[in-house]
Amino acid sequence: MKFGILVNEGPYTHQASDSAYKFAKAAIDKGHEVFRVFFYHDGVNNGTALAVPPQDDRHIPNQWSELAKQHNVDLVLCVAAAQRRGMLDEDEAKRNGKSANNVAEGFRISGLGQLIEAGIQADRLVVFGD
Amino acid sequence: MTMLHTVNKSPFERNALDSCISLAKAGSSILLTEDGVVGAMQGTSHSKKIEEAMANISFYVLGPDLKARGLSESNVVNGVKVVDYSGFVDLAADHESVQSWL
Repeated sequence: MKFGILVNEGPYTHQASDSAYKFAKAAIDKGHEVFRVFFYHDGVNNGTALAVPPQDDRHIPNQWSELAKQHNVDLVLCVAAAQRRGMLDEDEAKRNGKSANNVAEGFRISGLGQLIEAGIQADRLVVFGD
Repeated sequence: MTMLHTVNKSPFERNALDSCISLAKAGSSILLTEDGVVGAMQGTSHSKKIEEAMANISFYVLGPDLKARGLSESNVVNGVKVVDYSGFVDLAADHESVQSWL
């Protein structure tokens, strides 16, 4: 079965990022496909390349990057939510005249259309948030 | 249409569980996750609502979230089934759609 996942909450906030990751992992382990995770609102902070959590804590952005790499999951940050929160990839940084970018490996920035598409293409869209 | 409802907030914090129970159709299921697992405990002021709704709705609770809060599986309302993340995925797959009550 094809799953789409929507994450509306930032990492290390309540539990949404962890729940979503564990759900995605369990689905993949059972042989399902997770074809896209869409990060909206504060959820875009899951895609930061600059997080440095303590060594004995889980590294949420890295967990997502690793999942994308291993299982070809499309990780999409909402562009409007990302720009408001200072999440910029190389193109967006250039376009907005910023000196740096901070989107982690495996994530890309795109629009809400990607969420709608996930809702249409996935057999189930599961939402995690606060 | 069968629907899986997920509730992730304690009934003592928000009224999502109440709203969910009152709107869920017969034959649908409710999965309690995160702080929502508190709603599955026996002997609270909310237990009765679940016991009554159980005639038409199936109730599940996420075991790892119970454990993380030091809540025992043996204290959940009778008839509420404990599932792990794999069970969560099965529930999502077995119902036609998933509605998260955030």
